[in-house]
Amino acid sequence: MTDDAFPRIRSVGTDGLLVSFADRLSEPANRAALALRAAVDRAGWSGVEETSTSLVSAYLRFDPLGPGAENLRARLESLLAERDWTTADLPDGRRFFRIPTVYGPDRAPQLAEAAELAGMSVQQAIDSIAAARVRVTTIGFAPGQPYLGELPEQWDIPRQSALTATVPMGALVVAIRQLVLFSVTTPTGWRHIGQTAFRLFRPDSETPFVLRPGDEAQFVPVAPGELANMDDDPDGGATSEVIR
Amino acid sequence: MSGVLIVHSAGPGVTVQDRGRSGTLAFGLSRGGAMDRLALAEGAALLGQPGTLATLELAGMGGRFEASRDLRIALTGAPMRASLTLAPQGAVHGNAPQGAVQGGRLVWGASHLLPAGATLDIGPVTAGAYGYLHVGGGIDVPQVLGARSAHLAAGLGRVIKAGDRLPLGKDAGQGTGLALPPSDRFGGGVVRVVASLQTGLFPQDQLDRFARTEFRRDTRANRMGVRLDGAGEGFAVSGGLSVVSELIVPGDIQVTGDGAPFVLMAESQTTGGYPRIATVLPCDLPRVAQAPAGAVLEFRFVTMAEALEAERRHRNDISALAGQIQPLVRDPHDIRDLLAYQLISGVTAGNDL
Repeated sequence: MTDDAFPRIRSVGTDGLLVSFADRLSEPANRAALALRAAVDRAGWSGVEETSTSLVSAYLRFDPLGPGAENLRARLESLLAERDWTTADLPDGRRFFRIPTVYGPDRAPQLAEAAELAGMSVQQAIDSIAAARVRVTTIGFAPGQPYLGELPEQWDIPRQSALTATVPMGALVVAIRQLVLFSVTTPTGWRHIGQTAFRLFRPDSETPFVLRPGDEAQFVPVAPGELANMDDDPDGGATSEVIR
Repeated sequence: MSGVLIVHSAGPGVTVQDRGRSGTLAFGLSRGGAMDRLALAEGAALLGQPGTLATLELAGMGGRFEASRDLRIALTGAPMRASLTLAPQGAVHGNAPQGAVQGGRLVWGASHLLPAGATLDIGPVTAGAYGYLHVGGGIDVPQVLGARSAHLAAGLGRVIKAGDRLPLGKDAGQGTGLALPPSDRFGGGVVRVVASLQTGLFPQDQLDRFARTEFRRDTRANRMGVRLDGAGEGFAVSGGLSVVSELIVPGDIQVTGDGAPFVLMAESQTTGGYPRIATVLPCDLPRVAQAPAGAVLEFRFVTMAEALEAERRHRNDISALAGQIQPLVRDPHDIRDLLAYQLISGVTAGNDL
């Protein structure tokens, strides 16, 4: 395995290994990451303390003074050799969410700026985002918070060079052909183009994390007044159905 | 539950903390937990109890506390001004009236008895950033998603406020008036790092400059991350604003678009797109957490083998803490009020004077 080849295994700090299937978001790499993590969880190797996935990678955290990175690296290599992970099935029980969204300027001040970077008018930008049916590629950054992709090519716009001090919970932000729906109020380098009332993290509920990798979503435009009426509903007016 | 810790006042950053959560990373929830994990171990050693119990983390400023029962406490992490005032005897125990004992100074890095009804005042830090108030039996708030830690960035738990009554766990241990030797981790210094996933994206001249820069801890710092100021130009990778978002672990040093490094801490995000120039060794993270604003921090790359050896030594040091504990011994001239000293050292039960 050369440095440029995928899958690639790299160390994360002193106590982690990361298996990456690509160096940019791709659907097959995302599938592979989800499937490999599930296989590692099933294998139940001793010393592994936690696993997760990011967009294109599966992660293992382990006791660095336990079985050690070399032992786990060898196990990962033989697991990787078992099959072509990029053609693995998506997780079972996937759902499709339609989430009411207010686009621009009062609730989401960076819509015009993002549209300009994408080479569109504001209306074209709304139409383009609203028409996209995007998939949850990973849950990350903040609790229950989905990365969703992939948007059309024009949306390959960079992050900002400086952080926005805060965007509110429920904010829909965009960069590099992806959307993120914020589960908390937080600083970000992505541009705020829409606002929802959908609550992604419900710590007191039996399902504290609502979305899962593989779920799909569409961000349906609504008038600002309509969204205000949904602020008391944790689903923010969203509907969902199981994908068959 | 076994009594309560009553909060009469609290600084702006007082939270319940333990070792944080494991197993929630896949759902976007980082481990969280105490900023200075070594301070947790020190508190556990001083009170002779497990390091898994919850404690109060005091960011920069303490507060005024009272216990509903006689309570063993330990004070660790960043040193803070602490004093104990006994309640008028009649009010608490119904014994012969006795005036309040004012302002018995408490030694930091030590365990003490906080008699029922007495007032514990903890002021600002005198060095470092995060002090810890440990209690015998631990703070017994309910577990949420596997831990008692507040995770402010995630909206789990909240800061402690005046009027709060925190449930105390049952104290299975005994003894106070013990101290640990002082630590030197409260004024910045040299911090060891290993290469991160993305270290290779940075040109070698930038890595060299990173390793010889004396950074100052910015005033912008919280439980998510600590911003660093370097005197010269910033750091950047070409195409850095479009790097694929990737997993983040505590200790990662992220370079945002303005070129300033951020050390990501207990409540960091779990993924992010800004490139990471290096990752701080877990055993050196307390030094970063405890660097006060303006303190100088420098970073030295070490090999993985050196990092593992450092981790091994660190764990040995933690195991050795219990053996380093000494009875509190002070020069009588330093003791403002011998009566108070006797009480807080645990020599008496507090109601028999």
